Amino acid sequence: MAAAQVIRSEWTKIRSVASTVWTLSLAVVVTIALGMLISALSANGFDGMDPRQRLSFDPTLISFAGMSLGQLAMIVFGVLVVSNEYSTGMIRTSLAAVPQRGGFLAGKLGVATALALVVSMATAFAAFFLGQAMLGEHRASLGDDGVLRAVIGGGLYMTLIAVFSMGVATMLRSPMLSLGILMPFFFLISSILGNVDATKKIGRFLPDQAGGRIMRVVPPLDDDTPYGPWGGLGIMVLWVVAALAGGYLLLKKRDA
Amino acid sequence: MIELEGLTKRYGEKVAVNNLTFTVRPGIVTGFLGPNGAGKSTTMRMMLGLDRPTAGDVRIDGKHYDRLRDPLKYIGALLDAKAVHGGRTAFNHLLCLAQSNGIPRRRVHEVLDTVGLTSVAGKKAKGFSLGMGQRLGIAGALLGDPRILMFDEPVNGLDPEGIHWIRTLMKTLAAQGRTVFVSSHLMSEMALTADHLVVIGQGRLLADTSMADFIARHSRTYVRIRSPQRERLLDVLHEAGLTVVESGGATLEVDGTGAERIGELAARHRLVLHELSPQRASLEEAFMRLTAESVEYHAHSDAPAPPQQWGDGWKRD
Repeated sequence: MAAAQVIRSEWTKIRSVASTVWTLSLAVVVTIALGMLISALSANGFDGMDPRQRLSFDPTLISFAGMSLGQLAMIVFGVLVVSNEYSTGMIRTSLAAVPQRGGFLAGKLGVATALALVVSMATAFAAFFLGQAMLGEHRASLGDDGVLRAVIGGGLYMTLIAVFSMGVATMLRSPMLSLGILMPFFFLISSILGNVDATKKIGRFLPDQAGGRIMRVVPPLDDDTPYGPWGGLGIMVLWVVAALAGGYLLLKKRDA
Repeated sequence: MIELEGLTKRYGEKVAVNNLTFTVRPGIVTGFLGPNGAGKSTTMRMMLGLDRPTAGDVRIDGKHYDRLRDPLKYIGALLDAKAVHGGRTAFNHLLCLAQSNGIPRRRVHEVLDTVGLTSVAGKKAKGFSLGMGQRLGIAGALLGDPRILMFDEPVNGLDPEGIHWIRTLMKTLAAQGRTVFVSSHLMSEMALTADHLVVIGQGRLLADTSMADFIARHSRTYVRIRSPQRERLLDVLHEAGLTVVESGGATLEVDGTGAERIGELAARHRLVLHELSPQRASLEEAFMRLTAESVEYHAHSDAPAPPQQWGDGWKRD
């Protein structure tokens, strides 16, 4: 009853601001378009690759190449959904209407997560099919071993990135602070930590490095990652749960 | 009915609200008066369960705020007119509030009509003037048709027409038997709207009294006299057993008698008067006297500014 009211209210909130539409459409367009571009370039470059590179050629993963940039739009979506309330002062009006803070947060994040999931899944499938179309003879098919898992995983990955951002924004409240931490972290720091030998062992337990594993169908040569695709996604889920728990505890305790 | 019991809020060393106990009753407008920084807004936020009290308790119709089911149906509040997402239309802003408390959509149209915003219902709130924002906030407070209404400084920054509208609205709501609690830092404003007064200073309760009582007790009437024969006049007045206050220059103030008696006394002793006028100290002065010791940020012209803790400037009051 009360939960349904909060969900209806949060749905009205999310659909009635422009930022929802532009962040999500940017995520879709960037992920698909960049994926298609890189797929087309890879198809052209295939002949020039050495045999080792050809062995680890992963057409599914290549069609998701746009996600590295598209996820930034998902981060903005996740951050704005939460921090809009704080930057406008709306949070006081909202909490006066729904004083049960746990229920309020669950309703808000539930609605935003459901929306992100639908958009992410559609994006993942679209990016896969359009990317494969660009790859021509080197393409993978949805029926191939592990491919369907990777595509669904891609949708889950994008969703989890958004939810993680919502959790962080709930803790930090300020949109500028949240974006200032999340954007460079996911765009630069994480991939640096994950690719430099010295920090690789830690870097691969970061949410995006671990979660991204599920989008791989062909493992890289000399792969020594200590977790599989679902294990990696599980690690990412733990990060998300931690961010949400932190956000919940702070919201519960803090003066609005 | 709102009941406060020993309500206290501390931010570190600083006590923002200090052991407040009072009751806000239905059917009248209760004014919540105090200088800037006295703790009015903090008290109101605690009433709505937004800030957690350090000690003490607030009950709305006998219940804690977060125990209320669909709280907008019990108590409607206007805290800050700018607490609205500017990108959302007035209608959608009210709709999301209504939905969260199971209030039907047609009620949104009704309150928009009540506050006179129907024509801009589809406009984004960021384009609203201060007065329109205030009206939107009041529409939100009225949404659940609540028995209790709370307004924090509702006339701040409004034009005379808007002020008049809000005053009339508050009186109408109280006349319908609702509890109306309104804060202000202007005594003159309260004198026109409130039936009952709760005065605080530096977070402490200074007065909890009916408006009529407050006026009777605090508004001093006196007679002001100016005379070139000041010394002789003083003697005459003293002989007649009157209390005289010498206020700067040639002016005297006499309490406890009418201008007629003083005029007659002066005539009998052939004294020249340049002024003989009955005076009434304004409620504003009475309020200033009452809160004088507790005003936190005096605008002293001679004394240095009171010592401030680092960070005081950005703390919400």
